[in-house]
Amino acid sequence: MGSGEIGSPCITGATMPPLLLVTLVFTLSALAYWQGRRRAFALMVRPAAVKMHSRPGYYGMLTALWCALPALAIVIVWQLAAEPLLTSLAMKGLTAARDHLSPDQQGLLINDLRNLVAGNATGREIDPLLQAAADRYIGMHQVSNMALAVVALATAVIAAYLVQARINPELRARNQVERAIEILLSLCSTLAVFITIGIVLSVLFESLRFFQKIPFFDFLFGLQWSPQMAMRADQAGSSGSFGAIPVLAGTFLISGIAMAIAVPLGLMSAVYLSEYAGPKSRTIIKPLLEILAGIPTVVYGFFAALIVAPWIRNAGLTFGLSVSSESALAAGLVMGIMIIPFVSSLSDDVINAVPQSLRDGSYALGATRSETIKQVILPAALPGIVGSILLAVSRAIGETMIVVMAAGLAANLTLNPLQAVTTVTVQIVTLLVGDQEFDSPKTLAAFALGMLLFVVTLVLNVIALYVVRKYREEYE
Amino acid sequence: MDRVNVGLAKRYRKERRFRLFGLAAIIASLLFLVLLLGSITSKGWTAFQQTQILLDVYFDPLALDVKNLATANYASLVNHAVQVLFPQVESREDKRRLGKLISSGAAFDLQKMVINNPELIGTNQALWVVAKDEVDMFAKGYIPRNVPESERRVSDKQIAWIDQLAAAGRLKKRFNTTFFQAGDSREPELAGIRGAVMGSMFTLIVTLALAFPIGVAAAVYLEEFAPKNRWTDLIEVNVNNLAAIPSIVFGLLGLAVFLNFMNLPRSASLVGGLVLTLMTLPTIIIASRASLKSVPPSIREAALGIGASKMQTISHHILPLALPGMMTGTIIGMARALGETAPLLMIGMVAFIVDVPHSFSDPATVLPVQIYLWADSPERAFVERTSAAIMVLLFILLLMNGAAVFLRNKFERRW
Repeated sequence: MGSGEIGSPCITGATMPPLLLVTLVFTLSALAYWQGRRRAFALMVRPAAVKMHSRPGYYGMLTALWCALPALAIVIVWQLAAEPLLTSLAMKGLTAARDHLSPDQQGLLINDLRNLVAGNATGREIDPLLQAAADRYIGMHQVSNMALAVVALATAVIAAYLVQARINPELRARNQVERAIEILLSLCSTLAVFITIGIVLSVLFESLRFFQKIPFFDFLFGLQWSPQMAMRADQAGSSGSFGAIPVLAGTFLISGIAMAIAVPLGLMSAVYLSEYAGPKSRTIIKPLLEILAGIPTVVYGFFAALIVAPWIRNAGLTFGLSVSSESALAAGLVMGIMIIPFVSSLSDDVINAVPQSLRDGSYALGATRSETIKQVILPAALPGIVGSILLAVSRAIGETMIVVMAAGLAANLTLNPLQAVTTVTVQIVTLLVGDQEFDSPKTLAAFALGMLLFVVTLVLNVIALYVVRKYREEYE
Repeated sequence: MDRVNVGLAKRYRKERRFRLFGLAAIIASLLFLVLLLGSITSKGWTAFQQTQILLDVYFDPLALDVKNLATANYASLVNHAVQVLFPQVESREDKRRLGKLISSGAAFDLQKMVINNPELIGTNQALWVVAKDEVDMFAKGYIPRNVPESERRVSDKQIAWIDQLAAAGRLKKRFNTTFFQAGDSREPELAGIRGAVMGSMFTLIVTLALAFPIGVAAAVYLEEFAPKNRWTDLIEVNVNNLAAIPSIVFGLLGLAVFLNFMNLPRSASLVGGLVLTLMTLPTIIIASRASLKSVPPSIREAALGIGASKMQTISHHILPLALPGMMTGTIIGMARALGETAPLLMIGMVAFIVDVPHSFSDPATVLPVQIYLWADSPERAFVERTSAAIMVLLFILLLMNGAAVFLRNKFERRW
């Protein structure tokens, strides 16, 4: 196939130079460091013993920074701007030849062009016009890459030269370098905010597109979930098969089972560890319990699907119950095991934070240990414990692999733990794994579910963190 | 006093019961752990051995054209070698079944041998070749003899042949090198974890290279430079929240931003590494901040007192002291990233990939995803391999966490 031959050199042509270029810029910058430092040394010694403002290394660093940063900025901006610009230029010839293209058709054409350029042979017959556009794109892309290399390297060299020429004893190199590093550090720390914004935006945009097709309240309060039915666009709007209630119910059923296992076991373990166990057994048992938290969830999923589920099924058969092989019970049980250490270690911290004076007071009144725990410590620690349980719930709701492997796909609206139910995360995975078209409500529904998941866990986390922090302050 | 004594026995009983509940909870949790590890080990340890069959292969010069060694029919050589062992088998049907004792990978092995050493042509060689997965399962006792023939995947005749081979010493269990050297395969006996391990390695390298410097830089800024204002509060709240967001949401972010918006390649370990970076960043930031916080203020004051600038104080004194704690946090974050599956499913790392990846942009899969894929496969032999892959994964995680504990114990200072 012809496109494959054009495609393969293009891939290397499209990805290699930026990497090579960045390496080159860094090499230049290393050279600039050496040059700046040498010049500072020379200034210190040659005319007379001059006292420089900063140590020579800082002059080197300043030169290196000026060499690298503008050039790298150019590379980044160029890379971001070049792609859409080149595409529109390449498409211009194509759209001029074909009048009246709807935006959708245009998008399709752009996609075809991209595939052609990347060398993904589509198997379909290749439109000669499109092929011409692709060739044009590849040609322009090469020119653009060459130009970028020349501009970036020239900037690096010129900037480095100018700075090293400016080096003199009064130049406050250290302060400037430190300022630059501080800005760099603060940029790194704002990344966390950008991640959150990225999550919100990416999930929100796709969800909004979904809600244009399916009304918001139909999604939130609909009682039927069967995304596979919505094959045709006219069917999707009317069938109402995107009701999230059964999915949510399944999620809460499985999380509920998990919490029913994890809360008593985790809480009692925490109580025993902090109130009864000696320091020696504590140092052994605590890490052992935390192993449970370190085991990857896919391992739990395997355990649930291949060992626990058949076991529950067989146990059900002996009692004459019909148990689905993908029962909510198996997934919930194993998820509960996974969550035990979250509950126990968080509650352990909270219980330890209760002041010793409360305990002493209770013992002095003649209470036994268990009475002290039940009537003094647990009530005092309650907000913190609630916070830790909320965190555990949010983890249970967002847990994916266990339910993907052990829970079902069919969205049954049921409270029977022996039946198969599905969860939000399972649906996201099944809707998004494999081939996707980004226009069908089926794919977009996954993002709507993702938004739901994000909002629910966010609210739980915020409440939990708030409660825990508030509580901690109370006793500090 | 009497009123106290009346209830005392009962209260003490309650006390003992409560204490017992606590102990029972711990024992139950640990029992789950033992059950989990035990069942996986008992299912998986046999996968480290593989059944092999000794064949006398005659490299027939008539079948092998010296000029065209790559395309010769090696499968027929293998079939012929098996048939030589069982001269009494006559019918076509039986001969076909006989051939099914040997893995289709044997032909590829022969091909490789002949291409590397064409002098073998015309000679007779005794070779151990890999048996088909059903034979392997039977030899390991997973397929019982006493069930009806129609319900097992090995026929009575095949069992008789296997017994015959075993009696002749031509059937042996040997260390399973394929499992560690091969990529994924549809044939269980040819499937290995090498591709997944390499994929995991590439992904983790990307994650480490990005998450460690950025995480440490962010922590240094937040702990040492950041003024107390709304913006820093917002960042703090964000970091804490990100640490608790479900990992699959990061997968959605990766799909929408890296794949759809930035057009990065699907299934590449580069993208996987980027997504895991975003996921582990909060963990590393939180651990690094705790570690910076534990450096006593006296060090800071001493450095500032002899005229070091703030940046010099941090880079010369505080960072070196805080580094072990940061490394511990990073290793733990990396261990979490290594075990992560869900976000990688979103960005297409679930594809069936036979080739071992060689670069960051090659399509790849990672160890946990490989486990997920194998766990879905219906063949009995894949259950064993899934468990074995889990054992390898857990072993690597154990090593990483062990390294973290070692670092903490070795460099932890109490001021």
